Amino acid sequence: MSATGINLLYLVTIVSFILALRFLSSPATARRGNQIGAVGMVIAIVATLLKAGVHLNWEMIVGALLGGALGAVGARRVKMTAMPQMVALFNGVGGGAAALVALAEFHRLAPPAGRIHGDVSVAIMLSALIGSISFSGSLIAFAKLQELIQGRPITYTGQKLVNAAIFLSLTGLGVAVVAGAELQWLLWALLAGALVFGVLFVLPIGGADMPVVISLLNAFTGLAAAATGFELENNVLIVSGMLVGASGTLLTLMMGRAMNRSITNVLFGAFGQVTAGAAAAATGDAGTVRSTTADDVAVMLAYASKVVVVPGYGMAVAQAQHDVHALADILEARGVEVTYAIHPVAGRMPGHMNVLLAEANVPYTQLKEMDEANAEFARTDVALVIGANDVVNPDARNNPSSPIYGMPILNVDQAQAIVVLKRSMNPGFAGIENPLFLNPKTSMLFGDAKESVGKLAAGVKAL
Amino acid sequence: MSHAATVVTELTVLVLAIFLGLEVISKVPTILHTPLMSGTNAIHGIVLVGAMIVAGSAHQDGLIRVVGIVAVVLAAANVVGGFVVTDRMLEMFKKREPPKRTE
Repeated sequence: MSATGINLLYLVTIVSFILALRFLSSPATARRGNQIGAVGMVIAIVATLLKAGVHLNWEMIVGALLGGALGAVGARRVKMTAMPQMVALFNGVGGGAAALVALAEFHRLAPPAGRIHGDVSVAIMLSALIGSISFSGSLIAFAKLQELIQGRPITYTGQKLVNAAIFLSLTGLGVAVVAGAELQWLLWALLAGALVFGVLFVLPIGGADMPVVISLLNAFTGLAAAATGFELENNVLIVSGMLVGASGTLLTLMMGRAMNRSITNVLFGAFGQVTAGAAAAATGDAGTVRSTTADDVAVMLAYASKVVVVPGYGMAVAQAQHDVHALADILEARGVEVTYAIHPVAGRMPGHMNVLLAEANVPYTQLKEMDEANAEFARTDVALVIGANDVVNPDARNNPSSPIYGMPILNVDQAQAIVVLKRSMNPGFAGIENPLFLNPKTSMLFGDAKESVGKLAAGVKAL
Repeated sequence: MSHAATVVTELTVLVLAIFLGLEVISKVPTILHTPLMSGTNAIHGIVLVGAMIVAGSAHQDGLIRVVGIVAVVLAAANVVGGFVVTDRMLEMFKKREPPKRTE
């Protein structure tokens, strides 16, 4: 097919991707948008097969089928609670592919030094660098979320210096190549260094900051894909990659804003590394933790007129979302008003809680975003906190020495009563104390969230 | 078209894509942020096109051949996995479940 024809097909793909994103502005149209995007992707693949200079060979077909099958099986099998790490994994392989395209292009073009145009050379360096960082960084993020390695920030002395040194060396390598030293080993060194950097870059980030990192790595892969577009002079790669790069960056910034922290602080602050002393001291005259029983809480809930459920990562871990919805149904049948207050960074991925509750068939009209939810706590009888911790920590409002001071939180302490479902008194993922648990209005129901919610449902039913 | 002119066109397209990306995304509500990430994740699987161009190029030595194929495998996993996962998520977002009030 003529180059013009191919480019027109690519244009159709670009439009379909834009529509896919546009349709995401409402849950009612989002799914159709995703399907339009998938069709656009098929069009791009067909166009590429028809492109002059692309010779179909059996290895490519086997490769595509194998990759596609792996992706499909992974995507179908994964539990909704494991979604963040799955997205991290798909993101990582995309970044890896971009880095490999850069490697192959450099290898093809480089042998006679000085043959590569400056812009292609820059693009190759960028996609090799960003793609590799995204690949290894995403794998570390996957390992952390899958709990193959510890999720907390991993730090050591001189870490920032080491990272800075590696990054500067990588930049130096890239500049050397662009300046004309088109040696194969320089690119290999760059790729290897970038892989190491990706690992070291994500290791010190952990806990509640994971959603931000995943979003950032997603933007990285988009940028790497856009850079490959410059290497191959291909508009569909440039536009699609950059759409993702821009949107991922914006999403990352929005998440940072939701935590009232700058992105540099998230990336280099090694959250949670605050001296335990400061946090403990600020708690002041330590109150006592009041433990309660499921039957007591069931009575509270059953005779409330308004209950707000505040889900957190603990609900995801215990896979309690279906039980939570069942409990809400029982309460609603008794005339209790039930809504869900969703903090923007609850869970391990932006919007994580919304997806889990959607899986449990909770209508999205009952999910309240932070501002809307906070306006309602004052007239809420019971705030039922299920496995959430940092996003309801009043220290964020009151204690300037707390690492999360200034982060907007869900003001559950304004409710008449607070019930916290928690496995034990261990501090949350961020490893900081939570004075909410010592509040006289708070009672703690210890145990696995799924079991506890089940007991509550049984308790309410029995009344 | 001269190479310089091509690069300028590409940069123009790039910059427009940045603004378009920011514009479109700012309209996505918080409750859809996970599908948004997952959906854009699928879209950057477009790198499959680049991988196919490399894997299908005529003059390839052993290295390019191997690297190209591995890139195709990875990118294909990204594309299919990304769209399927997103579809699974979005399928679940419902306005109201079928009414099952027990009056």
